[in-house]
Amino acid sequence: MATAVEKGASGAAVWVDDRLGSSNFIKRSLNKVFPDHWSFMLGEIALYSFIVLLLSGTYLTLFFEGSSREVIYHGAYTPLKGIPMSAAYESTLRISFEVRGGLIMRQIHHWAALLFMASIVVHLMRVFFTGAFRKPRELNWLLGVGLLVLGILEGFAGYSLPDDLLSGTGLRIAYSIALSIPVIGTWAAFLVFGGEYPGGEIIERLYPIHILLVPGIILGLITAHLALVWYQKHTQFAGPGRTEDTVIGSKVYPAYGAKAGGFFFLVFGVLTLLGGLAQINPIWLYGPYDPSQVSAGSQPDWYVGFLDGSTRLMPNWELRFWDYTFSPNVLLPTQVLPGILFGLLALYPFLEAKLTRDRAYHNLLDRPRDKPVRTALGAMSITFYLILLIAGGNDIVASIFHLSINEITYTLRAGLFILPPLVYVATKRFCLSLQRADDELLHHGIESGTIRRLPSGEFVEETVPLPPQYSVLLATTPERKELTSHGAHGDHPAATPAPRGFFRPRGGVIEPAPEKAPDGKELEGTVD
Amino acid sequence: MTSTRSRFSGYAVLLLALAMVGGLYTAFGAPKSKAADGANQSIAIEEGRQLYLQGCSTCHGLNNEGGAGGPTLIGVGASAVIFQVESGRMPLAAGVAQAPRKKVKYDRTQIDQLAAYIESRGGGPTLPKGRLDDGDLALGGDLFRTNCSSCHNFAGVGGALTRSKYAPSLKPADERVIYTAMQSGPENMPRFSDNQLTVDEKKAITRYVRYITHEAKDPGGAPLGRYGPVPEGLVAFLVGIGLLIVITLWIGARA
Repeated sequence: MATAVEKGASGAAVWVDDRLGSSNFIKRSLNKVFPDHWSFMLGEIALYSFIVLLLSGTYLTLFFEGSSREVIYHGAYTPLKGIPMSAAYESTLRISFEVRGGLIMRQIHHWAALLFMASIVVHLMRVFFTGAFRKPRELNWLLGVGLLVLGILEGFAGYSLPDDLLSGTGLRIAYSIALSIPVIGTWAAFLVFGGEYPGGEIIERLYPIHILLVPGIILGLITAHLALVWYQKHTQFAGPGRTEDTVIGSKVYPAYGAKAGGFFFLVFGVLTLLGGLAQINPIWLYGPYDPSQVSAGSQPDWYVGFLDGSTRLMPNWELRFWDYTFSPNVLLPTQVLPGILFGLLALYPFLEAKLTRDRAYHNLLDRPRDKPVRTALGAMSITFYLILLIAGGNDIVASIFHLSINEITYTLRAGLFILPPLVYVATKRFCLSLQRADDELLHHGIESGTIRRLPSGEFVEETVPLPPQYSVLLATTPERKELTSHGAHGDHPAATPAPRGFFRPRGGVIEPAPEKAPDGKELEGTVD
Repeated sequence: MTSTRSRFSGYAVLLLALAMVGGLYTAFGAPKSKAADGANQSIAIEEGRQLYLQGCSTCHGLNNEGGAGGPTLIGVGASAVIFQVESGRMPLAAGVAQAPRKKVKYDRTQIDQLAAYIESRGGGPTLPKGRLDDGDLALGGDLFRTNCSSCHNFAGVGGALTRSKYAPSLKPADERVIYTAMQSGPENMPRFSDNQLTVDEKKAITRYVRYITHEAKDPGGAPLGRYGPVPEGLVAFLVGIGLLIVITLWIGARA
């Protein structure tokens, strides 16, 4: 029975289709299938944070004045009354104290920026450890690395715009980093800042970069990133029916669309909670930027923190050649090191393919334990990064835990070189042990807890065959498939105890292996 | 005899008359409070000396000359005593990198007596009369950011210095302690004499410190210790990403 609404809808659809001929594309798109796994949603957090950034940022541009013109403050915040400051800082104070909803918008914007970068990094880790970057997805990995670097630049530009004491301190360091470039450093710094620091033009330049140029590029790259996921299809873990050639998951319409839409609002909700409950960047306490002032505990936002840390750990080496000063103390930790780190990150898929001689297509994901070297390399890199991050807050650590900042710095310097190799070895051993445990499970099945006495008087423990969704997941190599065929001993009905956690029985019942895709799931070929 | 008597009687009468005038003046004419003050002051100095001999002289020497345990106190002034003793830093409990704030060992009268005693030993800076925290707030903020925030942090929560030394949090410090700290320059802190920061400027800074540590609200919500971006980053990961991963697990479990 067609209601009026349905008629209207189909009428509209026909109207659009008559003009755009898009029904085929839309139908195919709505039937597109995405595999379900919680870790596939981490990248979505970044996407939704970016949308929140665009929305809250648009609101802020209505009131922000990106100008370093000097004004005398006569606004609502009395402890700054009569103090000279830039128009940028004054307008940020106005947003914080006088614009309706201004402060919460500022705080949501800032929290969204921190979470945007954090979710990019968490998503990157997921992609790395599951080998989702392998052929044919290396290009999308490169797009992701590009988004990471652009996100850092965009975040730093935003951090610098309010022109408070913290912003200015960050810009002062950026100026020094530019100065440390050999030969052209002075000219580069003058070019960017429009003269000797602070130059009087940097706010005016950063503003369009922050609200137009970089977000535009990020938006373009995100579109390409998602288009490639769409075109190449999402990777998935192995399982019954989930093969290199078949994707099993939810259709875009309605299940996946509803899930993603709901998740957007949950992300928005978390950001709003943070923006409403946790104070971030209280610029009124920092005061307006004045090059003669600096505050203890001046740190960048977390995503730049590792570079602050590398600078704090770097010994103060400065070389002089005749009349020229060469500053490895700034150049190495702030430019050479990130160059190497991001370079290695971008090249990793190609390096791994070359070293493992792996030229195959991969649509199924690895379990981290099954690739011990890669997993160990990842854990090693995270350790290296975390040490730099902690070093970036060494004064806060010293202050809160009543430690000597010198000892912290010496310890972290040593740790930077000692800990990563140790973590590499430990992680690799850990992965190999987990593999052995998997072999054991495949070979013997799950312990049922039932002890049977044989007529001869011997006691044996009965085991249950591994449920198929796990045996398929675990049987990643021919040797393992061989192991699986031995199966378990003991005679048990088709219904077996459902696994709990790391495959320990809990007495529930699971269904036998599905012959076809489970209810609500759709099969899709990997090759159109 | 007669000539001798007449020669001396004039002087005797003069002496007597002077004594009488002086005595009468002392009895009736002199401003009473000043005399009492002087007497009290000397009593205070004496009391202070006794307190000093009991509680301080082991390290600072019987004659304030200092020694292996502590610096000389000659010329440090009353302000140094008020800062050190009123914040509980002195007497020192143990030889550490920096004297920590402790429970105060002396009451206000005893502290004033100690201060009077040390003041009598070579002078030095003393607290000005009147209120200490009625300075200009905005001026104080600007001066605070120029002179204080580089160690004590933008919100006065303190910060780390080298080798376990630190700039302490300013929250527990009252007006007298804040003001005398600037006057006496304890530990690694520079001294701000009246030529560097005038009395009015020091009062303005005192006003601002009291404002940010006690009156200033955090309109944005939980202040996260006012330590800046480090706790903000931690919250972004532990609360933000943590909560969102729990949500993805929840959605994933329902799929």
